[in-house]
Amino acid sequence: MRILVIEDDASVAEFLCGGLREAGHVVDHADNGKDGLFLATTESYDAMIVDRMLPGVDGLSVVRTLRASDNDTPVIILSALGQVDDRVKGLQAGGDDYLTKPFAFSELAARLEALLRRQRGGGGAPETTLTVGPLEMDLLRREVRRDGEMIELQPRDFQLLEYLMRHAGQVVTRTMLLEKVWDYHFDPQTNVIDVHISRLRSKIDKGQAQALIQTVRGAGYKIDG
Amino acid sequence: MGLKQQLRTTTFLLTLRYMVLFFVSVTILMAVINWAINDYIENRADESLQTALRTFTELYRLGGLPAIEPLVTARKAAENPGEALYLLADQRYRPVLGNLPAWPTLQPTGDGWVAFAYQTADGDTAPARGRVVALPSGGWLLVGREVQALGALEKILERAFVLVLGVTLVLAMLGGLLMSNDVLGRVNAINTASRQIMAGDLSKRMPVNDTRDEFDALSRNLNAMLDQIETLMSSVRHMSDNVAHDLRTPLTRLRNRLETLRARASAGDADDIDACLEDADSLLSTFASLLSIARIESAASGEALQDVDLTAVTRDACELYQALAEEKHIDLSCEAADGAHILGDRNLIFQALTNLLDNAIKYTPAGGRVAAHAAPAADCVLLTVADSGPGIPEGQLTQVLDRFYRVDESRSAPGAGLGLSLVNAIASQHDATLTLEDNNPGLRVSLAFPSPQAA
Repeated sequence: MRILVIEDDASVAEFLCGGLREAGHVVDHADNGKDGLFLATTESYDAMIVDRMLPGVDGLSVVRTLRASDNDTPVIILSALGQVDDRVKGLQAGGDDYLTKPFAFSELAARLEALLRRQRGGGGAPETTLTVGPLEMDLLRREVRRDGEMIELQPRDFQLLEYLMRHAGQVVTRTMLLEKVWDYHFDPQTNVIDVHISRLRSKIDKGQAQALIQTVRGAGYKIDG
Repeated sequence: MGLKQQLRTTTFLLTLRYMVLFFVSVTILMAVINWAINDYIENRADESLQTALRTFTELYRLGGLPAIEPLVTARKAAENPGEALYLLADQRYRPVLGNLPAWPTLQPTGDGWVAFAYQTADGDTAPARGRVVALPSGGWLLVGREVQALGALEKILERAFVLVLGVTLVLAMLGGLLMSNDVLGRVNAINTASRQIMAGDLSKRMPVNDTRDEFDALSRNLNAMLDQIETLMSSVRHMSDNVAHDLRTPLTRLRNRLETLRARASAGDADDIDACLEDADSLLSTFASLLSIARIESAASGEALQDVDLTAVTRDACELYQALAEEKHIDLSCEAADGAHILGDRNLIFQALTNLLDNAIKYTPAGGRVAAHAAPAADCVLLTVADSGPGIPEGQLTQVLDRFYRVDESRSAPGAGLGLSLVNAIASQHDATLTLEDNNPGLRVSLAFPSPQAA
């Protein structure tokens, strides 16, 4: 994949570009908004990672300008902690996802993967059932079955499973789960999410030969059929 | 600045001390002047008496009694008879002529002069001083003057002395107040600035006028010192930030290589590599925490705060931790009163709360209790997390807020000792007061947020 990184902080840029190259991506880097915008409009990228605060043209303006010229390359916006309304502004400007510094590289990688998949998958009609292997989720009747057998889930566990199933085959980080299921944005440095996952696991995978929910060491979880 | 404060200033006290010194010197000066004038007047009076005595003796020798009679009569009619007393007496001290009714009892003073009591016109007795000569005819002549006559001059001097001292006192008071007012104003400006700096505004500087006086020099020196402190502080603050930042890249690379290695490792090696991966992950998460604290601390406080429903945040956090508490057989209760609203960053508040709950559950033994509580109080909104765990010894209650500080010295429990530092950073960003107390038993952590109405 070709990825454009627009970031003025040299150490963050090195951290990002190095990690992305090691993960097998082709990376271009611009250290200011103007050069970044030039690269983004003249070259073709699969995704972009744009810092919110940039010298010259700031990150949000870069994204807004791209969207205005019908460029819908997925964008992850980066920002410093403690700037509350940035997330809303970033998403309004046309960002697809938002990450606060500092972040783990695995976090960025998981989010980038989710974005790239969504891009390839395209739109389509809204789903009413999700299926992962033997597991089936009816979103309208709020029911989950494994091999046709009904599984009782509490609302929060249902949401958790729904998010995992919507991203079947992808790594989902604890931060992403906290963000999408509990609606709080920060990096949980604790095992509290793990407890919820293990409770979900005990209902879904207990007594089954095939474990659907897998732990991805150092990153998060993945559900695979 | 109040008068009371002004009266306590060094300048005022200095003025006061100077005033006492001035008072003493004026008194000595006046005493010397008084003595010199008195001495001069006495000498002059004595000389005139001597002259009068010589005149009388000479006249008497030339013309006898009739020669001096008109002189004495003229003197008798003088306005102030006390200034010139004459008495001519016969051999047996019987008065013959003069303005004294009888020969007084004389006390020799040793220098040829005599002291005696004199009956004034209004009936009082006054001390007098004079000289006696024996006349060739066998009589006696006494010429004297009232000592009191000098008193009038002394009174004038005394009055002048009191006036001078009074004026000096008032002027010194006024001068002291004015001077201390001026000095106090400048010192207060420095005090105000230093208080703001102590409150955390390190960019604040002492006021500098272009007067180039000693206060200006002091302010300039203090400012130069503050510049150095600010540089040092920011370099210390950026230190951990930079170290964490710089080490994260190679550490992530190391972690990814281990991951690749693990994929093709034998079953035996895989366990060892897993342990390495775990270590790398915990290092990475420690760095992430450090960076989070640094970021929150460097974010300006009060910036972009929004209305946060503390009740909902507390309930959400308790709901998130209920599963963990159940697993550890801890009773987690949530008492969140409706309507607890504060200004802040919802995500950071939630993060602080999860850190507190996480700690509480981690350190509370099975069967214990953890309670989260959120409610508006008198002048703040209070968020409390209390547990029935071992608590923190009194002496270490403030130290636990330091980065990497841990009560358990063996450091056997998991974690890096950054949880409460992060809570502390979030609290100061929200102008909230963080309090750690004994819960008898256990620990009670309270966050007092300013009421949104007050902000």
